[in-house]
Amino acid sequence: MSDASMTTQHALQGQAAERRRRARHAADTRLRLYGIGAITLAIGLLGILIFTIILGGHTAFTQTHVRVQFPLTAESYNAEEPARSNWRGVIDDAMAEIFPDAVEGGNLRTRTQILTNNTQFFVRDAVLAGDYEVGDTVTLEVPASDPYDQLNKGVIKRDTPEENRRLDNDEVAAFDSLVENGQVSRPFNWGLFFNADSRFPEIAGLSGAIVGSFYALMVCFLISFPVGIMAATYLEEFAPKNRLTDLIEVNINNLAAVPSIVFGLLGLAVFLQIFGLPRSAPLVGGMVLSLMTLPTIIIATRAALKAVPPSIREAALGVGASKHQVITHHVLPLALPGILTGTIIGLAQALGETAPLLLIGMNAFITSPPGGIFDASTALPTQIYIWADSPERGFVARTSAGILVLLGFLITMNAIAIFLRQRLERRW
Amino acid sequence: MAGYLILTIIAFSLIAFWIGRSAGNKFVADAQGTTVHSLPGYHGAFVAVWVGLPALVLLLLWLVFQDNVIDSLLLSSLPQSEIAGLTPAQLNLVMTEIKTVASGTIFGEPAPHIMQGAETLTRWRGIAGWAMVATSVCLMLLMLFFTRSRLSARFRARNQFEAVISGLMIFCSVAAILTTIGIIVSLLYESYAFFQLVPPHEFFFGLNWEPQIAIREDQVAGAGAFGAVPVFYGTLVIATLAMAVATPIGLFTAIYLAEYASERFRNIVKPILEILAGVPTVVYGFFAVLTVAPAIREAGTLMGLATSPNSALAAGGVMGIMIIPFISSLSDDAIRAVPRSMSDGSLAMGATRAETITRVLLPAALPGIMGGILLALSRAIGETMIVVMAAGLIATMTINPLDSVTTVTVQIVTLLIGDTAFDSPKTLAAFALGLVLFFVTLCLNVVALRIVQKYREQYE
Amino acid sequence: MSEQIKVKMRGENVCVHYGEKQALFDVNLDIGTNQVTSLIGPSGCGKSTFLRCLNRMNDTIDICRVTGDLTLDGQNIYDRAIDVVELRARVGMVFQKPNPFPKSIYENVAYGPRIHGLTRDKTEMDEVVENSLKRAGIWEEVKDRLDQPGTGLSGGQQQRLCIARAIATKPEVLLMDEPCSALDPIATAIIEELIDELRENFTIAIVTHSMQQAARVSQKTAFFHLGKLIEEGDTEEIFTNPQNKKTQDYITGRIG
Repeated sequence: MSDASMTTQHALQGQAAERRRRARHAADTRLRLYGIGAITLAIGLLGILIFTIILGGHTAFTQTHVRVQFPLTAESYNAEEPARSNWRGVIDDAMAEIFPDAVEGGNLRTRTQILTNNTQFFVRDAVLAGDYEVGDTVTLEVPASDPYDQLNKGVIKRDTPEENRRLDNDEVAAFDSLVENGQVSRPFNWGLFFNADSRFPEIAGLSGAIVGSFYALMVCFLISFPVGIMAATYLEEFAPKNRLTDLIEVNINNLAAVPSIVFGLLGLAVFLQIFGLPRSAPLVGGMVLSLMTLPTIIIATRAALKAVPPSIREAALGVGASKHQVITHHVLPLALPGILTGTIIGLAQALGETAPLLLIGMNAFITSPPGGIFDASTALPTQIYIWADSPERGFVARTSAGILVLLGFLITMNAIAIFLRQRLERRW
Repeated sequence: MAGYLILTIIAFSLIAFWIGRSAGNKFVADAQGTTVHSLPGYHGAFVAVWVGLPALVLLLLWLVFQDNVIDSLLLSSLPQSEIAGLTPAQLNLVMTEIKTVASGTIFGEPAPHIMQGAETLTRWRGIAGWAMVATSVCLMLLMLFFTRSRLSARFRARNQFEAVISGLMIFCSVAAILTTIGIIVSLLYESYAFFQLVPPHEFFFGLNWEPQIAIREDQVAGAGAFGAVPVFYGTLVIATLAMAVATPIGLFTAIYLAEYASERFRNIVKPILEILAGVPTVVYGFFAVLTVAPAIREAGTLMGLATSPNSALAAGGVMGIMIIPFISSLSDDAIRAVPRSMSDGSLAMGATRAETITRVLLPAALPGIMGGILLALSRAIGETMIVVMAAGLIATMTINPLDSVTTVTVQIVTLLIGDTAFDSPKTLAAFALGLVLFFVTLCLNVVALRIVQKYREQYE
Repeated sequence: MSEQIKVKMRGENVCVHYGEKQALFDVNLDIGTNQVTSLIGPSGCGKSTFLRCLNRMNDTIDICRVTGDLTLDGQNIYDRAIDVVELRARVGMVFQKPNPFPKSIYENVAYGPRIHGLTRDKTEMDEVVENSLKRAGIWEEVKDRLDQPGTGLSGGQQQRLCIARAIATKPEVLLMDEPCSALDPIATAIIEELIDELRENFTIAIVTHSMQQAARVSQKTAFFHLGKLIEEGDTEEIFTNPQNKKTQDYITGRIG
């Protein structure tokens, strides 16, 4: 009778069965290890990404400055009309005082290159701001030019053979003498945040990009937030179930997955070409970004509206409120935290978006922050792209620093979203 | 001008609201026997909306069309003797010069007809600006009187106002469709212009892609310069590499998270993986250029392989990292959507976890996983910044991942950066590529979303 | 328990905790060879929990902790040396809701023999599948559509398919967790008949909320209440002459 169970017993015991079972457990362990391996790999890669960017970018948060005393000699300084002074002459005089032998050696030009190319403007601004006579000296902390900055930060190494080094021994020695005199300092690089773009890495900053991104995001918010809420409210609360609303529904889901560059093409062809809006303007950038943010906001808003229990709607309808009143007085306020969370996350995505902005020209080289939404401007991610393309050594660190600033903004926005979700969202 | 006008419109709307509400208050005060249908505030809102909205629409339309109208008027006002026989491009140049002069930047001695044109332009712009203000104000006053006259105690101001709001909401919902239509129409329109210059069969089947050569007009459609096959091919190579990196990592991650991991582990690891999807792509691009490409190059040199500085492997590999979370989270959802009774049934038979996963859960979750993979593939094809920064520009047909290839998105960006003359085939080619990109990704998305949808319904 | 019946499985002082909450309190229960033992009691009384201890399905719940001794043929099944995979091959299980895999009928039944490597070739597998389906009394209904998905069958057929799937590995013990609760009366009658036939070859433990069912199919009955085993004994004895007041209340419908 129990031959059945006997055979099973037989098949499950014995050496062959034992071997087989061990193999099966090994396969199980293997799959588990693959899983752990995959997760470790993914997180490890993220770690490497962030690590290399911090490693490359942290040096850009400080900037080498050189303290120089600029003598205002009669030859260079025009006391009558200070604006017409020979500022390059002033710089030459200052460097000649520091390096007397350079004048004889005929390499004063190389010495002035220790300072940033824009030193003349720093000197001009300082002199014009004060009331100076011939014979006075002006003492300024001037950013060192990129190679010397890199030397000071140890990126250009002294033990590299001279022929492979960007600065020869003579130049290094000159800089070292400045260091010995205590004229070199490395304060926090406020210029990174308050300067606009420049061809010279030592004075290039993100202010233009930050302001540009701010304007673009503002435009994006002003368009996509009201339109998104209205659309979502209609679709969720009013829309009849018919083919049109189905179509809109499918459409929104698909729009969320259209490659961002296609929105750039749309912006180029419609906003720039047909509407004739200004190129590189945050206005157009914001409009393109709003089209991309819209699906995110609509989807988030609909989810938030769905989460409001129907009993609230029924209660309000029951006391004779119109459907519009129910929604504006009760449903929307209750859904607001969810809507805001979705909006912030959508805006954070828009902040990191690069490709469409390239197509509408927000990758221009612009040396002053935009004054409004119609001015040509860059945005944070496009500025990073521009810098990543620049050959100067200093821009590598600036690019990483720019990325860190961008990531900082993204983390802040997401943190606010998470905070809103946890603090304000009501659980029913 | 427009800015002040917007402020004027807002001010007018506020006044209109106040007028409407006072009227409403009066109805309430005078009501004897009859009841007033709507609250005074709704009377105000009704008037304000009908005063402000038409003016705003008018303003927008005006701004959109003013420049084009003035341009064409200006063009026809130019002396025939000066513009006869000019090509469109040269005409464009003349117009640009006039505008530059009109904005106050004068280089050298402009020709008299330019100076005259600039004066006309400035004058017309002034006229247009004032005309816009005048028209808007008239419109608003008209609307104010008209709507005010309709108010009465029994007037259903609330319903009327709500109807306007409903209309606005419908309009906003349709915005999504308008966007899609805008994309399709603009891509089709420019692509049509492109295919007038370059025959479609050459674009779709040509093997030679050298668009930069055809910059000069006399070289338009120079033999084979716009054969896009190598570009499509390069896109496929990089997308395949990305999928080859992302699919196994994403899938094994999903399996572990769904079946092996403890709840605590899941709650920690999932958000970390989501970060991978949240990092802006320009950051990945920089990572690929700065870290991955040199590393691959060095490794290649060590093994004695010739490696291109912008190898397909670097771009594809980094793109793969980016799309890991797409695959892992969608697959995780798909696996977890399989009812628990399935895995219980299998485990109760004495199957190990691995056997349960590979023989029961994965087959059951396959549609969901496939949907996720298709969505990720569409992402990979449409991804721009990583390839723009890390992939090459030259279209080559090579299977070697250490070589450099180019992609559709790279070409679109390179073709459109800087030059935007809309009549050169070079610019238009970007739109043709965009059209192909849009339709391919659209198909992938539609299929993927439908599979995922169907799959979800199956277990609900 | 009568002397001639051999004990197949035995639980001694079995306690189960779900996190902080204790679900079973010192349960002592024997399952006799080739008998049907039914576990009855109101919802949440721990009868299913006890059943799931017998083939360690509780292991799949992270927060579940089992203490006490559970033996199969005198061997502790929670011993480290015991391979849970082998244990479950010997102690099969049928669930409350029919849960055929989304595969063909044939593949559903072949699943167990395949993973445990019980057959050598296709003919042998065909034989196992046919035998199992015959024993589960569903062969005649499905023999012409073995390659169609098991999910396409009716509820009662699905449950018999799940029984066929469970007995295909030729387990020594078959655990059934309310196997008829999702079925209509006709399907239930068929399955009850089946259980009676299966008793010849298998030791069966069945959880049921229906006292009539327990009375019809089982030789032994155990009554659980609030995580405690209140009374156990021959089915006839329990239903006609319960020793405990609570048991009497339950079978007369006063609690539950």
